[in-house]
This record gives sequence, C-alpha cells and structure tokens, in this order.
Amino acid sequence: MAEPRIIIVGAGPAGTRAAEACVQAGVRPIVLDEGRRDGGQIYRRQPDNFTRPYAKLYGSEAGRAQALHETFDTLKGAVDYRPETLVWNISGGQVWTASQTYADTLPFDALLLCTGATDRLMPVKGWQFAGSYSLGGSQVALKSQAVSIGHKVVFMGSGPLLYLVASQYVEAGANVVAVLDTAPYSARIKALPDLLAVPSVLWNGVALTIKLKRAGVAVHNGIKPLEIKGDADRGVSGVRFRTRAGVEQEIACDAVAMGHHLRPETQLADLARCAFAFDPGTRQWLPERDGDGRSSVAGVYLAGDGAKILGARSAEASGRLAALAALGDLGLPVDKGEMTSLRGDVGTYAKFARGLAKAFPWPSEQASQLPDDTILCRCEGVTAGDLRGVMRETGAKEANRAKAFSRVGMGRCQGRYCGLAAAELIAAEADIPVEQVGRLRGQAPVKPLTIAIGDDQ
Amino acid sequence: MSAASDVIIVGGGLMGSSAALFLRGHGLSVTLLETDLIGRQASGTNFGNVRRQGRPIHQLPLANRAIAIWRQSRELLGADVEYLQSGHIRVCYRERPELVGSMEDYAAKAREEGLELELLSGNALRDKFPFFGPDVLAGSYSATDGHANPRLAAPAFARAAARLGAAIHENTKIVDAQKVGEDFIVTAADGRTFRAPILLVTAGAWGNALSSQFGEPVPITPKGPNMSVTEPVPYGILPAVGVMTPIEEETVYFRQVARGNIVLGGSTRGPSFPDQYRAYVEPQNTLSQLKQIRRLAPSLGKLNIIRVWSGIEGYMPDSQPVMGPSATTSGLYYAFGFSGSGFQIGPGVGETMAEIIAKGATDIPIEPYRIERFATPT
Repeated sequence: MAEPRIIIVGAGPAGTRAAEACVQAGVRPIVLDEGRRDGGQIYRRQPDNFTRPYAKLYGSEAGRAQALHETFDTLKGAVDYRPETLVWNISGGQVWTASQTYADTLPFDALLLCTGATDRLMPVKGWQFAGSYSLGGSQVALKSQAVSIGHKVVFMGSGPLLYLVASQYVEAGANVVAVLDTAPYSARIKALPDLLAVPSVLWNGVALTIKLKRAGVAVHNGIKPLEIKGDADRGVSGVRFRTRAGVEQEIACDAVAMGHHLRPETQLADLARCAFAFDPGTRQWLPERDGDGRSSVAGVYLAGDGAKILGARSAEASGRLAALAALGDLGLPVDKGEMTSLRGDVGTYAKFARGLAKAFPWPSEQASQLPDDTILCRCEGVTAGDLRGVMRETGAKEANRAKAFSRVGMGRCQGRYCGLAAAELIAAEADIPVEQVGRLRGQAPVKPLTIAIGDDQ
Repeated sequence: MSAASDVIIVGGGLMGSSAALFLRGHGLSVTLLETDLIGRQASGTNFGNVRRQGRPIHQLPLANRAIAIWRQSRELLGADVEYLQSGHIRVCYRERPELVGSMEDYAAKAREEGLELELLSGNALRDKFPFFGPDVLAGSYSATDGHANPRLAAPAFARAAARLGAAIHENTKIVDAQKVGEDFIVTAADGRTFRAPILLVTAGAWGNALSSQFGEPVPITPKGPNMSVTEPVPYGILPAVGVMTPIEEETVYFRQVARGNIVLGGSTRGPSFPDQYRAYVEPQNTLSQLKQIRRLAPSLGKLNIIRVWSGIEGYMPDSQPVMGPSATTSGLYYAFGFSGSGFQIGPGVGETMAEIIAKGATDIPIEPYRIERFATPT
C-alpha cells in the first residue's frame, strides 16, 4: 500500500501535535500554514532575527511554547512543510492552495483541519476608527514585532485573553490605562466549580489580575461599552462606558483592543461540507465531530480551537488524538490506550471551557441594543440601522437572506468578525432564538485570493 | 380545503415574481408558490447583466419591452435594485478577426429593432476603455444597456406584487399539479392545495418536473454559473464588459457596481443539484475564469476576489427558453429554461405572460420558444 496522503492545515498547537503523531507513525504529512513561521497564534513565533526570550514572550506558557516550537523544529525534515500557504478551497478530495500567485492542488486520504480561532467581537459605536484592534491583533503586534498598538491603550471586552494580553502589554512596558470587562465578577464565582477542572490555568488567570492591579491598571468589571470616541482623520481618542454602578465614564486613549473570547475558524470545515450544529453554550454554530475529531465527512478531521474553543492545552491533545484517529482509520497501528487517555484530557479541558463561557459570558444583549448609527459590518460599512431597515422592508430574518439584502457579512472577512453579532441583532429584532437565524454559509476563497493566481505557472 | 385564485404561479424567480406583479395590474388574483425563498437560484445568483446586445434578433422586441420596465423599476417597485444604464461593451480577440464581421452584421440587424450599437477598434476602443488587454481587437458598444443587482431584483418584484394583493407563499414545495375539470389543483409537500383555472410554470431548472405532469417533458439540464467578486475599489468601470467567442472557457464578463466591487462571471459553468437545492463553484473553474479575466483586462490581476458563488440555472439544448401556452392543456402556461440569459428579459417575460394570460394574445414574438419544439413525434 502506498503511504497515506495526510494533509494538516495549520501549524499551531493542534497541527504541530498532529504532525508529530503522523511522523511517529512513519507517515510524512503535508503541513500547510498561512503563517510565516509555525506556532499558530497563541504560540506565535517572533521573526527569525528577533531574540526576545521565551519568558518575556509567553509568560506562564513559556515552557509549553518552547516545547511546541522545538517539536516542530525536529519535525521539519520529516514533514512537507509549506508556510505562507493559504488553503482557499476544498473540493473533490483535494485542497486548493495559493502561495502568493502560485496555485497548487493536493489530494488527500485524510485531512486534519487545525485552523485555530479569531476574536469574537461585539461591535461598539466607533469601532471602525483607526486604533481599534482585536485582542488577537494587539497580541500579534506585540509578539511578532514588539510594538504596542498605541501610547495609551484600553483593553475592553471579556474573556481570558483580555487579562492575558493586557498583562503582556504591562510586562512589555506599554501604557495600559484600563481593563474594562463586560463580565460581572459574580459570574466568575459561579463558574468556579468548572474552572477548578484545570487549577493551574485558573491560578494563572487570577495571577494576571493581581499583576494588573499591582501595576496600577484600572480594572472595571460588569461594564457596558457605549462608544469608542474618535474621528476618521485622527482615529481613537477615548472610550465611553457605563460602570456596573450605572455611572457613565470616559477614559482618554489612542488605542482600544477588543474581544469577547474567541470563535473557531470553521470556513474550511464548511467548504469540506461538514455538518454543523448549534452549540447553545457558546451560541455558535460548530462543525459536528465525534470524541476523536472525526467530522461528518469521511476523511476529514477537526482539532483544536478551529473546531471548538477549548484552549491551547486542549488543542495539543485534540490535535494528537485526531491524527491517531486518522492513522487508525487508514489502517495503521495506533495505541488505543493513549487515545483513551487523550480523550480524558480533552474532556477535562472541555469542563474548564464551560467554566470560561460562564465566567465571561458573550454579552449577546448588546447587539440588540446597538444604536442605529453604529457600524455593524465594517467591511461593507453597514450600520445596525441599515440592517434593521432591511429587515423591516423585506421581512428577512435568516442570516444569508439578511446578508443578501443588506450586505452584512458580504465583505472581505465574510462575516467572521460581525456575523455573530449580526445574528444576535437579527434574532432580537425578529424576536426569534438566535439558532433560528442560522449561520452564514462559507464561500471560497476563505481569505482574499489574488486574481493573478497561477499567472506565471 | 384549497385556496382559490385566478392564476397560480409555480416558481418565485424573476419571471414568476414579475408575472405576479403584472397580472395584478390586469386585475387577476394571483397565488405565487416558491419552494424556498424568492429569487434564491438563477434569478438571484446570475451576473446581473441588463443587456440586450448579443441576444438573438428575434428576442429584441421582448428585450426592449424589458428595458422599459428596468428604467422605471424604482417607481414601479418602490425599491432600488441598483439598475444602472451605464452601457455594455462586447469585445472579440485578435485571434478571431472574423467576429468583427459578425458584430457588424448584428449591429445592422439590431438597429432595425431599435438597438443602437457602436463598433470600436484600435485607439478609439482603448481611449474609451483603457483597461482592455493587448489581445482585444474590437468591440461593440451599447450605450443603453447596463446592469442591476440580481440579489435584490426578484424579491423587490415579489414585494411589489404582494403590496398589490398577490398571495406569496415561500417555503412551499410543490409535489403535484393536475387539471381537474376547469381547475388546476396544485399540492404542496405539506398537503396544502391551491386551485385556479390558470397555471403558470416559472420554475426554472425544475420546470420539467411540472411540464412532464402534463405530458410535455423537455430536455433541460441544470448547471451553475461561475461567479466571483473583488474587494471594492474606486468606481471607474461604467459598462458591463463581455467577450464574444465560440469557446466557453473564454466567455468571461465583468461589471463594477457603484459601491466599487467588480463582479466577475463566466468561463466554464459548474454542476448544480436541483434536488439538494445547491450549486457549487468548482475551484478549477474559478482559476480558469481568473486567467481569462487577466487576458481581457490585465490590470484586474492586481485585485483580489473575496467571494465566489453559483446557483441553479436550467439550460435548454438550443439555449432558448420554453415560453408560451402548453400544447396539451388549456389554461397552462410556461416560462422557464432561460439558459443563463434570463435576467435582462425577466420583467418583460413577466409582463408578456401576464398579457397573454389576461388578453389571450401578445405582439411580442414568442414562436421560437414554444414547448412543442421538444415534442417527440408520435
């Protein structure tokens, strides 16, 4: 039998551990990654000639980051690694890739999608001004290029990344003026039983808050964002919000980093025609998979935060588990005992993730309260009022129908940044559960594709 | 118990929606039945060309009727369907110089039908349209054609029809239609029935499923258009642009919408699946389309596409629709199988079918579209 053709998309924690499992089984997988270097987002590696130490870059996760990077470095000779390569479509048992203008098609027997996550964003009036970043984006600026997004930075939203990135900014010497968390402190208390599933990560989170307070950063819980002040020429000039006590406050700043935890990058699973189901805990549509990572489509496996947000540690386990499942399905011998143990690890992290969802709830009600003049879809410049008007005029209350009539989610991000909030707004306006709004159908290309593709081939 | 009206229309695309609107204008009561949502397939996913140029000469009276409706669409529909009379240019490549003669012939005949075309080549062509690549030899320009937004058009017609009293039922899949006595009884999958003395089938790629129930099967093939769109760039390309060529892969077209995005269409069509209600863009067709677009307008190679899409279109072997009365059953009418070329004429089709149904006749020539042409000799 010919060596099975295994393709892994993504070289973060899940993709790296999946590749390692393949190599250990004697298979040379193809690893496709959009990034210039391996590591993914959370363990993003700095450019080659940068020399900041691991402790500085990754804090409490330095050991894990270093171990992951070293694993990938040792794998390099044993995998067909293709960085800076976009998978823009999946069809007919092949992935379609683009690297600059170079086009390729790669057939597979097993496809492991380890596509990671992006920020879950809630629009705020003024979020289109220069100086508004996602938490992930602000972290990339710091990790990759050692720069801050501004001279006076406000972190606003909720979720573990809010505290992590803010403290990384403090650590790097940036001026963090405030951390504004929409989640009330009481939510964290309620979530404690689940969060205790992984005490070390819980402790890391507590330590971050202590560190921020010691550094003199104002930390507000239970706030409601009202507006990012600024103008089109000069960008962000401040943040207006309501405190838990109901008092309006304004903080001057020239940059805001925003996010409400993460959302999985599921477009490739969609293009591979995987079935999706609504997950009430996160109010997101997720690709269906069994406990080992098998999707509804034979030969397509899902792992890491690209399938469901369970965190980087879980991604290492689920990446390895999905690879073992794929190898076993292809008839190669795999250690069943190890698979059982990995399933246990993933289950533990799933409990912790449920705790995080309770501790930092997605403030879905904010979408319905967005003022009409707030830009909802930044790519297409569609306001909340535009969408409400289209709904009134046309009766549209399904995500794709509302998109067709209003352009919400029709731009270059394909709704990855506004789609969840738009769905909440539609649900509130139509007075239906958000799952009835449905989900935006994924369409190729997953990211913008140059018209010059294949030009010199 | 069945809902009764003067006319039942099966198929809520542009043809059915506009027919519903114009039938209300004739005072007939109308029930429009749509399997999914109005205008989701061919009507909503096509390129959006509002182009008379290039249609068969015998179709120009219908196209002229349609252009009059497009021009007053905003007032008629109470909605903006982004219709722009910004011109249409059709070009041929240097390797096919014989097509210049075809363009000249066509322009002479089109003029007799009221469509003025201007032939351009050399510097005159490039001064007016500097984006064309060196392979482009000559072009035929229609100043009075243009484009509109297919996502918006059919639903706007349906809403206008509903405001005038048409009963519109979406998510209503029809499983049976038959004539009992003087009336047609149309049955939905959930058991609802609808009754009317007149039945108009505007069901696109699904048309054959109904015409077959009346002993008139037709050889219709479902396909999907190959569409892409770029990120928005400053508005500068006014006309819709297309290539005249006998080779399907070379047949690409593009237009820029006022917002700035450039819609790309054409090259090889893909498969579509009427039973699943889905059509997929084949990645290799996207690549061949982009290659042909670079040949037509090399500067577009600097842009990115941000989305591709397709939909379900019904193609007839002679590329002409089935349009007119049934040959087997009185009171039964058809308008489907527009073979990827129905968008511009759509409102004209609706108005003409309404006229035929309400008045029994029309001056618009529809002889080439009769369903009898597919009848098997007995």
